[in-house]
Amino acid sequence: MTLRLYVPRDAAAVSVGADEVADAFEAVAAERNIAVEIIRTGSRGLLWLEPMIEVATAEGRVAFGPVTEADVESILAAAASNGAHPLRLGVTDEIPWLKRQTRLTFVRCGVIDPRSVEDYRAHDGYKGLERAVTLGSDGILADVKTSGLRGRGGAGFPTAIKWTTVAQTQADQKYIVCNADEGDSGTFADRMIMEGDPFVVIEGMTIAGIAVGATRGYIYIRSEYPHAVEAMNAAIVAARKAGYLGKSVAGSKFAFDMEVRVGAGAYVCGEETSLLESLEGRRGLVRAKPPLPAHHGLFGKPTVINNVLSFAAIPFILNNGAQAYADFGMGRSRGTMPIQLAGNIKYGGLFEVAFGITLGELIDDIGGGTFTDRPVRAVQVGGPLGAYFPRALFDTPFEYESFAARDGLIGHGGIVVFDDTVDMSKQARFAMEFCAIESCGKCTPCRIGSTRGVETIDKIRAGNKTAANIAVLEDLCQTMKFGSLCALGGFTPYPVMSALKNFPDDFGAAPRLQAAE
Amino acid sequence: MPSAYEAWSPERGAEIIAAHRQLEGPTIVILHAVQDAFGYVPEPVIPMIAEALNLSRAEVHGVFTFYHDFRHEPAGRHVLKLCRAEACQAAGGDALAAHAEKKLGIPLGNTTADGRVTLEPIYCLGLCATAPSAMLDGKLVGRLDTKRIDALVSEAQR
Repeated sequence: MTLRLYVPRDAAAVSVGADEVADAFEAVAAERNIAVEIIRTGSRGLLWLEPMIEVATAEGRVAFGPVTEADVESILAAAASNGAHPLRLGVTDEIPWLKRQTRLTFVRCGVIDPRSVEDYRAHDGYKGLERAVTLGSDGILADVKTSGLRGRGGAGFPTAIKWTTVAQTQADQKYIVCNADEGDSGTFADRMIMEGDPFVVIEGMTIAGIAVGATRGYIYIRSEYPHAVEAMNAAIVAARKAGYLGKSVAGSKFAFDMEVRVGAGAYVCGEETSLLESLEGRRGLVRAKPPLPAHHGLFGKPTVINNVLSFAAIPFILNNGAQAYADFGMGRSRGTMPIQLAGNIKYGGLFEVAFGITLGELIDDIGGGTFTDRPVRAVQVGGPLGAYFPRALFDTPFEYESFAARDGLIGHGGIVVFDDTVDMSKQARFAMEFCAIESCGKCTPCRIGSTRGVETIDKIRAGNKTAANIAVLEDLCQTMKFGSLCALGGFTPYPVMSALKNFPDDFGAAPRLQAAE
Repeated sequence: MPSAYEAWSPERGAEIIAAHRQLEGPTIVILHAVQDAFGYVPEPVIPMIAEALNLSRAEVHGVFTFYHDFRHEPAGRHVLKLCRAEACQAAGGDALAAHAEKKLGIPLGNTTADGRVTLEPIYCLGLCATAPSAMLDGKLVGRLDTKRIDALVSEAQR
């Protein structure tokens, strides 16, 4: 009997040796005359256990991890006899960290072969599209509206409004653009889904195309993600071959096709208008809005531009029902969010859960605190433009409005954990420095303000007229927040001001700033 | 591998441009293809791209210089990129970067005098739960510690 093994090809797993482990399984099995079939999947998202491999058994898939080449021989023996092994984690679906999740978007990630349309279909893939084809534009738009889906890139704008605007705009050509320029540190959900379940992104974009009357799509992937680029390219070819992209999508009257474009190392291109400029082959300078991309987007045509996770949520909504999606969540944040636990965290990875879970549960309970076993001092939520929260704010529910109410943002769902060795004035300085490096240069508050910010924080850190320079920094942050054209300059004050407000000791300041707010 | 790059020739440059010019918004695609072929973007290719796409030289030069990825000159034989973003900082990336700089005797963003190793910062490889991370000539390495950095540096110096 052939032993079926699943070894991830996800970049994070590969970075800690998954390819070597796969090769070792092949070699040892050949040596021992054991028939094995190795399927390279995405990652299940339990990243501290990577490389985590799975073995198909009568009770279901059984996981082992973290596996090194040295463990391969003993794992093969244990797998053949279904015996004990120190790295055996039990039936994968029963692992508590996975079982506690609500996987709607990531349900197939790590499970299926990301190169196989057949495997995707065997796990409910393309059922959403098949329904969408029969519903047509109005029906799809109604479903997306009922689902309450908001843009997962960070801004949280209602997806249905964006799509309806494009659908109502007349043009000879419309575009669907997928923003896969996932530049925020601490985020990797886009990368994981593109590598682990690329067809769900293609399906989501195709449904968007039918909904708004667009026949062409682009997915703009950052160059730092070569594995995701390869996976998406392979999936697009496979989808085209299977008739899911092209002149007649799934045999319907709708046409839709798409291609991958690769970024070139500019963080600001994650901003939607900068991304459109870059797709057109220009410098990634942010455009002033209005006009909105929905009216005047790529090449001046009406364009839906959404994040990877927004598109990836669509097939579930169409297949399982918009209300089924909307039933999860809290307040105006409906559905689930794939949250990414990163940095100095014991159990880091991808945790998809309904909105409303508290920050403290995520960090302490699910994340298990820091891997250095030191106290958690600060967490940055929402990438380089997100606020630093102290433990005092760990009761904040993870959803758009609750974070906004506490001068933070959930952004793209990344959480970076820092222990008590962190120097928050240094982190504030980095936020300004990063903004200076990545500013597109179009607007002055961002271009100049970020550099002045670095200089001012340097003075504060040197103890040079601390109080006066903190006042300058606060003033500068106000200018950047309200005077910048896009979120890069506009949100850089979040990490800076939150560090200053929540960790005044690190700036040599008395905690008088609360009053100044 | 860097050694596999072709030497610059205007004929090959013209071929690469011709292969992509029919695309929508081809400038960045062409610049990537040029760099993939030659290891950097040779200056003479800029006016060639401009002419082919009916753009000014300044426009193409502006695009070329805007993006961090595009190189003005060939990199060292090996390129070691260290992630310097927040998640890797939280996991001890600052000390590792300092260690690598010391070991190679160059600050980030430079190439060793013998032309063997280019050491560069990168802002996020998306390996934030297996941090700190790095990329050596396209190969990803997570859960870095001093020992692994030393191994990477020796590999790069070979």
